[in-house]
Amino acid sequence: MKVLVAVKRVIDYNVKIRVKADHSDVDLTNVKMAMNPFCEIAVEEAVRLKEKGVATEVIAVSVGPKAAQEQLRTALALGADRAIHIETDERAESLAVAKLLAKVVEEEQPGLVVLGKQAIDTDNNQTGQMLAALTGLPQGTFASEVAVDGDKVNVTREIDGGLQTIALTLPAIVTTDLRLNEPRYAKLPDIMKAKKKPLDVKTPADYGVEVASKVSLLKVESPAERKGGVKVASVDELIDKLKNEAKVL
Amino acid sequence: MSILVLADLHEGQLAGATAHVVAAAQAIGGDIDVLVAGDGVQAAAEAAAKLDGVSKVRVADNTVYAHQLAEPIGALLVELADGYTHVLASASTTGKNVLPRLAALKDVSQLSDVLGVESADTFLRPIYAGNAIATVKSDDTLKVITIRTTGFDAVGSSGSATIEAVDVVVENSQSSFVKEELAKSDRPELGGAKVVISGGRGMGNGDNFKLLDGIADKLGAAIGASRAAVDAGFVPNDMQVGQTGKIVAPDLYIAVGISGAIQHLAGMKDSKVIVAINKDDEAPIFQVADYGLVGDLFEILPELESKL
Repeated sequence: MKVLVAVKRVIDYNVKIRVKADHSDVDLTNVKMAMNPFCEIAVEEAVRLKEKGVATEVIAVSVGPKAAQEQLRTALALGADRAIHIETDERAESLAVAKLLAKVVEEEQPGLVVLGKQAIDTDNNQTGQMLAALTGLPQGTFASEVAVDGDKVNVTREIDGGLQTIALTLPAIVTTDLRLNEPRYAKLPDIMKAKKKPLDVKTPADYGVEVASKVSLLKVESPAERKGGVKVASVDELIDKLKNEAKVL
Repeated sequence: MSILVLADLHEGQLAGATAHVVAAAQAIGGDIDVLVAGDGVQAAAEAAAKLDGVSKVRVADNTVYAHQLAEPIGALLVELADGYTHVLASASTTGKNVLPRLAALKDVSQLSDVLGVESADTFLRPIYAGNAIATVKSDDTLKVITIRTTGFDAVGSSGSATIEAVDVVVENSQSSFVKEELAKSDRPELGGAKVVISGGRGMGNGDNFKLLDGIADKLGAAIGASRAAVDAGFVPNDMQVGQTGKIVAPDLYIAVGISGAIQHLAGMKDSKVIVAINKDDEAPIFQVADYGLVGDLFEILPELESKL
């Protein structure tokens, strides 16, 4: 079966973000960008399924500006076979991305779609669930284990308070949590080879999908800074402060 | 305005999160209904009916809704959403799992992790792991929203809403429950505890987390951990506090042997009072702690336990 994997270009997770002076958004000029960490886990899972002989082909897809092709090339270097770039400079929100991915699912008919559970920029945690709803396919979100078994897949999910295992009929949608796997690094020869792998460029219009959303971003602010307090010298002083100053004991 | 709140359940009982989501609904304003969906959830429905500000509790009690699987609960919400202006759920793993399905099928956006209400269509939500706060306005006719519970104080439970059965039963042949492994604990739930004590890599190993038990017992605290402690295999992931774990905002947060990586701070910096215990007096955790105690946790913890 084919496995489709979605990747998003986001700010590198090590970068400390700055809010623009006019509070219109976060400042992304000259900032290091990378593949969203949860998407790296998704790519890794797809590639492992191919290595196990479960997947026959891994297709990476990304919605975003031209530069998102860098992240698709990374996915190709990590082991994806081909890539689809749906190019747009508009701020594509979860619903629009899910609609576009649904069109790709319709075209490619994958047995499994793997996505990161959320992107570390907008922190929405929606796209996989929306894609499942739009395609009418079952979903296994926040996966820490994915086991394909014939025409079913068992997904172990990280839920509040523990783990839940569910069985889904295939085709299905899976979103990755952190402990699903540890992504590999791309090797130089693979990076070179990735440059020759096929990468199709499309636009949202090719799929007849409107990217504009009814949600507008009015303002972005830095959160209230928390100030450091005092150092105490002993356990006795700590207990005293907590009882008499902070009044939390 | 007319708001539907999807109740959070924990092992069939009403979870504390729901009282916070109802508070968010009150901040929006309008009639508030609560949907309790599950298998054998009459007790949860009765608890929901007591929440202040709720006019009606709608109960969908059927085996198809057991374990809150996304497909049937999402389909149920689609059936019930007409007539409401807002549908809210907590940003728990259940709310996050289900609500985007409703949004997609109604062709509207979802606002995730809302922690402030400016008006019925304008909300505050964290982005970039809480390192920025966005103000967003939704012009969708139906607003689908998950609520970060730490942003809203829970409503009381002196109400008496009517309870009404919902007879919508949906089909689900695509997903089935296999098993659940939930951590058993007599301690309060991390998300709702008034006091949280967390251990980090400095704890050294999983056994040493026992040093936190006695203190947690005396303070009625939940026990958490940093991602470093989870990654090192000291404790299970459901104890993780941080950007990739639970977001907590207790009255008192005690960080023990935790250096204070950004990813951990993102999960606890809204706590009212933060105490840090760490042997490294340069550790970043001290920059956010109200009270810092520099020293060996293996000496400090037993002393703290005996003196509390």
